[in-house]
Amino acid sequence: MSATTKKAAKENILQAINRALADAMESDDSVLVLGEDVADPEEGGVVGVTRGLSTRFGEQRVRSTPISEQAIIGAAIGASLVGFKPVAEIMLMNFTTVAMDMIVNHAAKLRFMSGGQTHVPIVIRTMTGTGFGTGGQHCDYLEAWFAHTAGIKVVAPSSPRDAYGLMRSAIDDPDPVLFIENLPTYWLPDEPAEKGFRVPLGKANVLAEGRDVTIIAYARMVNEAKAALPKLAEAGISAELIDLRSIAPWDQETVLASVARTGRAVVVHEAVTPFGVGAEISAVLHEKLFRQLHAPVKRLGGAFCPVPFSKPLETAFAPQAADIVAAAQALVAA
Amino acid sequence: MGANGTDASPAQTCDSRNSTPPGRVADIAKTGVDMTDKAVPDAATQRDIYRRMALIKANDERSRKVIHAGRVVMPYYSPRGQEVIPSAISVNLTDDDYICTIYRGTHDMLAKGVPLRDLWAELAGRVTGTCKGKGGPMHITHPKSGVMVTTGIVGSSMPIANGLAWGSQLKGDGRVTVAYFGDGASNIGAFHESLNMASVWKLPVIFVCQNNEWGEHTSYEKATSARQIADRAHGYSMPGVRVDGNDPFAMYAAAKEAIDRARAGGGPTLIEAMTYRFHGHVLGDADAYMDKARKQAAIDADPVPRFRTLLIDTGVATEAELAAMEAEIEAALDDAIEYALASAWPGVEELSRDVFAQGAV
Repeated sequence: MSATTKKAAKENILQAINRALADAMESDDSVLVLGEDVADPEEGGVVGVTRGLSTRFGEQRVRSTPISEQAIIGAAIGASLVGFKPVAEIMLMNFTTVAMDMIVNHAAKLRFMSGGQTHVPIVIRTMTGTGFGTGGQHCDYLEAWFAHTAGIKVVAPSSPRDAYGLMRSAIDDPDPVLFIENLPTYWLPDEPAEKGFRVPLGKANVLAEGRDVTIIAYARMVNEAKAALPKLAEAGISAELIDLRSIAPWDQETVLASVARTGRAVVVHEAVTPFGVGAEISAVLHEKLFRQLHAPVKRLGGAFCPVPFSKPLETAFAPQAADIVAAAQALVAA
Repeated sequence: MGANGTDASPAQTCDSRNSTPPGRVADIAKTGVDMTDKAVPDAATQRDIYRRMALIKANDERSRKVIHAGRVVMPYYSPRGQEVIPSAISVNLTDDDYICTIYRGTHDMLAKGVPLRDLWAELAGRVTGTCKGKGGPMHITHPKSGVMVTTGIVGSSMPIANGLAWGSQLKGDGRVTVAYFGDGASNIGAFHESLNMASVWKLPVIFVCQNNEWGEHTSYEKATSARQIADRAHGYSMPGVRVDGNDPFAMYAAAKEAIDRARAGGGPTLIEAMTYRFHGHVLGDADAYMDKARKQAAIDADPVPRFRTLLIDTGVATEAELAAMEAEIEAALDDAIEYALASAWPGVEELSRDVFAQGAV
């Protein structure tokens, strides 16, 4: 394939999500989109993820809302109870904090509390991530809060192909799914998914095979882990890289099989380390593979502080490729 | 405007002219609602309203008895004193219309038609309950009768009611949604977000505030800045009506007007239905914080026997007819409670069912 045609065929994550929403709305009239600024008169979202949808499908189905996160999720829940499949945007992940009651007490629990009479097939899209100097209230990764709640699924794609496939699966799913988008990597071009492609929820992707250590990452940390691989290879370490893609449920089968072979694991996420997703994965690895581990599982996460503004501090907040290299080397040397 | 403000209310239909429709209860508290052109329920509807009220009252008395006897263990938030509101509203609704209600919502569910056996089995935590015993008294759900959500979170009935109404608007199915909540909930953010969105989107939803003067243990005066909650509708450009929620005719008329408007695409209404909570917040609460004289006055003006007397006095029903109706209710309660207590408990396998469609993942 020539460089020119290859470039023309690529799309970025933002475009992939836009295309997934458009394809889902085209194939199913019950799919709705709502959120702050999502319609075209408001520019199709602050970064344009939903651009073009209201022009194509109308503002009945693609509705810009007041800045009212509880009302947004409440409207999505109510519409889902009567047969719609709303995709609600909570612009930034920190803003889910003002809608936690609707998400945690209602969306996640209505199926169980109603004894299965009702269910809430909604997708909650939200973006986050350090790198843009937005400070302490605009870029947290809060996925552990939701993964800790029974009744809601959590996904975080790292590529356009997975973003498309996970969005289609999330919309298909009969239960609420939190769909986490990484802001700084929205515009990275890569191979697109074919129309109708699905990534099953709960299924990880082995991006690189290796013998000595398993690196488990998701969202932007997958890119940092990818950057660590050649450096580890130079150091003579063969690393396996797993993109988790789905955080809740997570693909225990794939991860356990890998770590059973390598005997070592590094879990990397941008969220702070204490009580995080890494802690859960680490605990399961220790419970199920204790005698096969050559070293304790290593967790890498954000510093345990609010995300700082100043550039050197912000850069130091989240794990980087060099941290992953050092962690993997330490495990192999242990 | 402070609690003691005397400004004229911006809420609609609140001009005070002392007209009393034929047969109207004479001693109801004055709310200033002009009944001149208001709809009056026909005789059959009046009896229907009373049947629902009598059911709620009898169910409440039975609940206390059964809990005190230790036959059913559950948190119980009595709706006693608030019987008129959902009864007079529900006769204007069909099974297809939706409601979202709250933990103090047994009256709303019964008025909407949740079957007694299913309800009591749920209250008893049995597998035959509406929710297989997994929801309990604060989470009764019964879509067949339109009870879509019962929430234990103050204020949270409203955002979801908007979504149900949005669904009806998109489908054009002519259904309306009623969101029930208390006066305390009008101070939580969800109330304000919901009224604003419902008004902007012209949703077929009716916000019914059952103002029983108490938010848990705290009085209206101490917690609420608005002179009346109906005034808050003004800030969201929707009609706000304050009505005597213990007067079946006034309540019926206000509900009918709001429901007809919503069905016709005229958007939402906020109804503030004035009532009084006869008991403490939750069963077992000795209600020492409630003024005894005020409470006694409310109990003396109990809307259920009052309406009963009116129906007989105006010839809408005979004593014998109402006695038969009440006996039927008692028998249905006997049957429902017996059925509930004879039903099986849910098996522990239910812990991993209904978490997700696939069970637990």
